[in-house]
Amino acid sequence: MKRTLINECRVRFPALSRNEGLSRSAAAAFAMQCDPTVEEIAALKTAVSEAVTNAIVHGYRDTEGIVEMTMKLFSDNTLYIQIKDRGRGIADIRQAMEPTFTTAPAEEERSGLGFTVMESFMDKLRVSSSEGKGTSVTMEKKLLGRARAKGV
Amino acid sequence: MLKIYNDGRRITAALDGDIDHHAARELRAALDEVIAYSRPEVLILDFENVGFMDSSGIGLILGRLKSVRAVGGEILIKNARREIAEVIGLSGLSKLIIETKSDTKQTAKN
Repeated sequence: MKRTLINECRVRFPALSRNEGLSRSAAAAFAMQCDPTVEEIAALKTAVSEAVTNAIVHGYRDTEGIVEMTMKLFSDNTLYIQIKDRGRGIADIRQAMEPTFTTAPAEEERSGLGFTVMESFMDKLRVSSSEGKGTSVTMEKKLLGRARAKGV
Repeated sequence: MLKIYNDGRRITAALDGDIDHHAARELRAALDEVIAYSRPEVLILDFENVGFMDSSGIGLILGRLKSVRAVGGEILIKNARREIAEVIGLSGLSKLIIETKSDTKQTAKN
């Protein structure tokens, strides 16, 4: 059965660290229509926080810009989230996704685990990037919801 | 954001709120001050009132682990809720966790 789009929401905000909390609250608020479990909400918020932090810390390093988050809900209860920046892009995506790899200076204490967390908490993760043009991170997670989680 | 309980060289730092990239900077400065001043044998990070932590928190813990070990001490983590313990687990720091918050106490929060 082909899944159909049920709902959609787009949030745009400047690449400021104070908006990291806003972005994950927005994702949690959008997900509430699926009656998610506490664990599902926590997973979603963590993954979104990682992607948005990457856009702010890496995409727009030393520059300003807009982060755009698109959320979609499909008929099979899959939540789709895309986080997009028009920043400097990633030179080597494979290397960037390796656990503990980071290009941030040591004093910033970045763990290099952002993509590892996203992979671990979501069902699907896709990263596309073009140097000088920006990065787009697309994630999907099927939400069972509280009612179904109880029945399992 | 941070409360300190001092029992000689055994220090408990009760963290508060969301630990993300935005919050990490201030927490780092506050914890480093405590470490430099108290030179703890054991620094217990109490996550009882932390509702959220992402990988920025891992960077924070790793950095403090380095400075505490430099003065001959150790870091322990307690009361982390399950999702936070999972994030900590991804970094291989699970061995620092001494007590996990019971799941029954958890409530849905945005």
